[in-house]
Amino acid sequence: MSSTTAAKKPKRPHGYRRPDTLTDAPTHFCPGCGHGIVHRLVAEVIDEMGLRESAIAVAPVGCGVLAYDYWKIDVSEAAHGRTPAVATGIKRVQPDKLVLSYQGDGDLAAIGTAEIIHTANRGENITVLFINNAIYGMTGGQMAPTTMLQQKTATTQAGREARVHGNPIHVCELLATLDGSAYLERVSLSSPSNVRKGKKAIKKAFETQLAGLGFSLVEFLSPCPTYWRMNPVEALKHIDQALSKVFPPGVVKDKTREEGKDA
Amino acid sequence: MAELVGLTGNDAGAEALKDVNPDVVAVFPITPQTELMHKFSAYANDGVVETELIPVESEHSAQSACFGSAAAGARTATATSSQGLALMSEICYITASTRLPVVMPVVNRALSGPINIHCDHSDSMALRDAGWIQIFSENAQEVYDNTIQAFRIGEREDVLLPVMVCLDGFILSHTMEPVELLGPEAAQKFVGEYHPAFSLLDTDNPISIGPLHLTDYYFECKRQEVAAMENARHAVADVGREYGELTGRNYGIFEKYKLDDADVAIIALGSTCGTAKVAADQAREKGIKAGVLKLRMFRPFPGDEIAEIVNAVGTVAVMDRSISFGLRGGPLFNEVRSFVNGGCPQLVNYVYGLGGRDINATEIESIFAELVRIKKSGDTGELYRYIGLRE
Ligand SMILES: Cc1ncc(C[n+]2csc(CCOP(=O)(O)OP(=O)(O)O)c2C)c(N)n1
Repeated sequence: MSSTTAAKKPKRPHGYRRPDTLTDAPTHFCPGCGHGIVHRLVAEVIDEMGLRESAIAVAPVGCGVLAYDYWKIDVSEAAHGRTPAVATGIKRVQPDKLVLSYQGDGDLAAIGTAEIIHTANRGENITVLFINNAIYGMTGGQMAPTTMLQQKTATTQAGREARVHGNPIHVCELLATLDGSAYLERVSLSSPSNVRKGKKAIKKAFETQLAGLGFSLVEFLSPCPTYWRMNPVEALKHIDQALSKVFPPGVVKDKTREEGKDA
Repeated sequence: MAELVGLTGNDAGAEALKDVNPDVVAVFPITPQTELMHKFSAYANDGVVETELIPVESEHSAQSACFGSAAAGARTATATSSQGLALMSEICYITASTRLPVVMPVVNRALSGPINIHCDHSDSMALRDAGWIQIFSENAQEVYDNTIQAFRIGEREDVLLPVMVCLDGFILSHTMEPVELLGPEAAQKFVGEYHPAFSLLDTDNPISIGPLHLTDYYFECKRQEVAAMENARHAVADVGREYGELTGRNYGIFEKYKLDDADVAIIALGSTCGTAKVAADQAREKGIKAGVLKLRMFRPFPGDEIAEIVNAVGTVAVMDRSISFGLRGGPLFNEVRSFVNGGCPQLVNYVYGLGGRDINATEIESIFAELVRIKKSGDTGELYRYIGLRE
């Protein structure tokens, strides 16, 4: 070991490997951001399910805008909030492909509310990866529809107030009321074990799509240390102590289970 | 009396809104406008202004909220850029035709696609026929001054039109310059108290806003917008003159820089005019009599006044920071050209700076040199040109 030459590759910790679907682009995300974790999870699941040659993603406007720099799959950009509609168009033409829509909470639940509701309602057979960081990250920390009550943001400087700004929107619960949604799960990125649950949820959502059951979405409670004005460790704690209380993690809807029961 | 402070273009816009203290402001972030509303939101939060701040879920809703608030009789503003302006364009037409004098700084940014965040004028140019008055700013001082004047111009009884105050994204919005401020007292005295000509729930004069006009009145409604735009020509000049009396900074429909004895000139909008003035000075040091026509008011378009200058100079380049696809060249060039035909001047178009591509004084100096060549040879050559482009 001590005779390792400079030419030799440094040894990696046991088991670590960059997923084939992930490029080696250096991350542009802030320290402690959850986007990079989800990017990697998606790449791992695509690798494990052997879907790299049949996956197409649609990238949002928001901090996830550069998804195409990280994933070695075909990615199309979409205008802010229109990702699910673009994904719909792609899926209708290529129904045998795995089609992913990647969106932040501003993209999905503010400017793009109409698209997500109608895409889910039509039961479009696509998978949405929904990053709920309770803020508009990319534009510098303004209130998102998922912002917590009392949370201070650039546009709610004294804290979000229900009377003026409304209450946090529960996206999974909202979409669960629509017949077209098949699989909806909320996961947290607050710990390694929760991240592993997140990976399982992605796999389950992909399977739902591949089985042709309809619309699937995984919501990630994702840290934004920069605009929560916290360090990365505090941000993870904040997910457990605050976000998870307002947005309880868990499977919100699972048609595969319901259908199993019927049989 | 005046206070001199270091401000970015976005700060200057926010300061102007703060000094005017509008009744309602709708906010939605988009780069590079975001900081303008951040700063204004802080003023609203701190009680520096009494403005009702509405953080909406999209620009479509921002302009709709402005429409509602202006219809209800409130002095109203918002601000946006690029995709945001494109998204709200449906409502922008309605705000104008309903004659609601909303004020909106537009921090110019290229339209997608490809997606880009830097400056060009494709966003506001796309709305040049929407019925909004459009005023361009050269620097942060003008952003402040134009925003204050915009309220007076739009609200004038014979105008009643919404006003866009255009400022170049990043080039102006994010760079700091010394700016002289009026302060709230003088600014509010200048804009005056707002008395809407029509408003909802004026129980003595009940009205409907935006009712259906089919073949019966739609045409007449549009004709009235034309008349309002005609009046706006005078309003922009009058308010600019009055503002000059107050501040010593006179504003006209355009600014003539070293044009009186000029052999060659360029016409441009926005921050490029500052660069062009430097280039004209450099060219003059080399013996070229160069001048600049800085267009401030793009809508209504002062075509006749421009034509007079162009015909007098004879050899002119029009700088466009956007393209009118399929027409050839940019909108500014084509509009200038449609007014100057009679004089048969030598006119060329330079499309430049798309998606934030920089233009510097040396490049503009090269345009002056080319204009001299055109003048001497009598050969205009290619009408539609690009500068700063890899081909
Ligand atoms: C029509 C339009 N309006 C506004 C914007 C500016 N914009 C870019 S990203 C963004 C918010 C993104 O927030 P979110 O979706 O929560 O994603 P995050 O950055 O937090 O991951 C906004 C408003 C835009 N690009 N287009």
